[in-house]
Amino acid sequence: MKLTQKEREIVEILEMNARIAAEDVAKMVGLSLEETQQAIQKLEDNKVIIRYISLVDWTKVEEHPGVRAMIDVKVAPKRGVGFDEIAERIYRFDEVNSVYLMSGTYDLSVIVEGKSMNEVANFVSKKLSTLDSVLSTTTHFILKKYKHDGIIFEPENKDKRIVVSP
Amino acid sequence: MESTKSKYVSTLVHELKPSGIRRFFDMAAGMEGVISLGVGEPDFVTPWHIREAAIASLEEGYTSYTPNAGIMELRKEISYYMNNQFGVAYDPAQEIIVTVGASSAIDIAMRTILDPGDEVIVVEPCFVSYIPMVELAGGVAVQVQAEKENDFKVLPDQIEAVVTEKTKAIMLCSPNNPTGTMLNKSELEGIAHIAKKYDLLIVADEIYAELSYDEEYTSMAAIEGMRERTILVNGFSKGFAMTGWRLGYVCSPAEISSAMLKVHQYGLMCASTMSQYAAVEALKNGRPDVEEMVKSYRRRRNYIVQSFNEMGLDCHIPGGAFYAFPSIQSTGLTSQEFAEQLLMKEGVAVVPGDVFGESGEGHIRCSYATSLEQLQEAVKRIKRFIDHL
Repeated sequence: MKLTQKEREIVEILEMNARIAAEDVAKMVGLSLEETQQAIQKLEDNKVIIRYISLVDWTKVEEHPGVRAMIDVKVAPKRGVGFDEIAERIYRFDEVNSVYLMSGTYDLSVIVEGKSMNEVANFVSKKLSTLDSVLSTTTHFILKKYKHDGIIFEPENKDKRIVVSP
Repeated sequence: MESTKSKYVSTLVHELKPSGIRRFFDMAAGMEGVISLGVGEPDFVTPWHIREAAIASLEEGYTSYTPNAGIMELRKEISYYMNNQFGVAYDPAQEIIVTVGASSAIDIAMRTILDPGDEVIVVEPCFVSYIPMVELAGGVAVQVQAEKENDFKVLPDQIEAVVTEKTKAIMLCSPNNPTGTMLNKSELEGIAHIAKKYDLLIVADEIYAELSYDEEYTSMAAIEGMRERTILVNGFSKGFAMTGWRLGYVCSPAEISSAMLKVHQYGLMCASTMSQYAAVEALKNGRPDVEEMVKSYRRRRNYIVQSFNEMGLDCHIPGGAFYAFPSIQSTGLTSQEFAEQLLMKEGVAVVPGDVFGESGEGHIRCSYATSLEQLQEAVKRIKRFIDHL
């Protein structure tokens, strides 16, 4: 879908803040409220905007369930389907958050979420490593999230400017 | 604010009017929860790669003086930049001086060109320093009022009407602080025509040149025949979000530039060394940052201007800078009263228009260089303030 300049602006604004009022978006891009709502509807219908989600810092929540691990997986690709078949076998597990095909020393990068290190370890040893095509795995646990998808988790928001200046 | 003169203070300085902004700063500074639209600087922190370049220069031990006019590497970058961005060629060896902010560039320009009693035509409303700088240099500031009905664009006739034998220069700022008004090519040509006709210099403060939103920016020096009579002032503060680095520059023909360099070398020696290294990085690799910031300012400008107009504060669309300058005449208050009551009742700091000159009366300057969330809250509070008047 080819976007107009205004549509592109709307997407950029919503990408940073999905909860902003349509009235405010309209003012910022210089369209009427109705035109803006129609444009957003069109972007949603065309799946340019897939859905609106919240970026949550679960570590702030007491007893939050969760550890995240990045697992480097070496696999044997299969004739005809390459890496796609084994990638699909892996991404179908609910524990798996993301799967990427990589260049370099391993093939698939798999991000897994679990309630504890034990749970992730169990998943790796019982489910992932036992798949036929999987040759080896190396598991790295994420200890702290500093920045994710361009967003800094603990930004320093203090305005250091003096209140009135020429 | 009349005070008795200390015997230690010169008459000239004693008689200089204190900046009207100072009073508002003092009032707002002590208050909690104030949303400030009074800030004349970007809300962005200097992009990291620029800060990193300064850190690297410190690590490498570049902590000594630089040549008076600035490091050659930076002057060359400025020269490329002026050429690429505005189509004006300046010789880095003889026609560019790196200064301590654009303010010091204007200061050395005035001290270089003015003999006692020489007149400078200053277009109001304007940045608070222009008139004092003319006066400190021994000159006389002759004020011309840009009018609201012309969207605060000064007309060539208005300038011509005050030209005398003593007139030496015209002081112009586009995009303008406080009105945000930007002059386009043909409007600049009209003023340039007067400068040529009466053999005047133009001191062009183009510090907001990067922040223009609707039309392509034209530099005064790019107007035909004007390079030789323009003292072009620019800097890194606004476009690159580098206010605290205090780094500006001034470009002018070699005969003026070499004279200005004398004033600069005795007064300031050179600009801060680490800031100069940061500025090299800004010019080499900062373009994408500037574009991102401009995009963000444009959206916020659209938001706030329309919000003002919706609540009945008539506001022209400012073509550049990051100020909206709505009229508050419909409220029946003076701009001082409006700003003071708004601060006290709703905790929103704006700058009353009259501090920028007589023709600013009846207006307030609102900087939209603050987060959208803050702008949304400010709009809500200003609307409530007006509704309860």
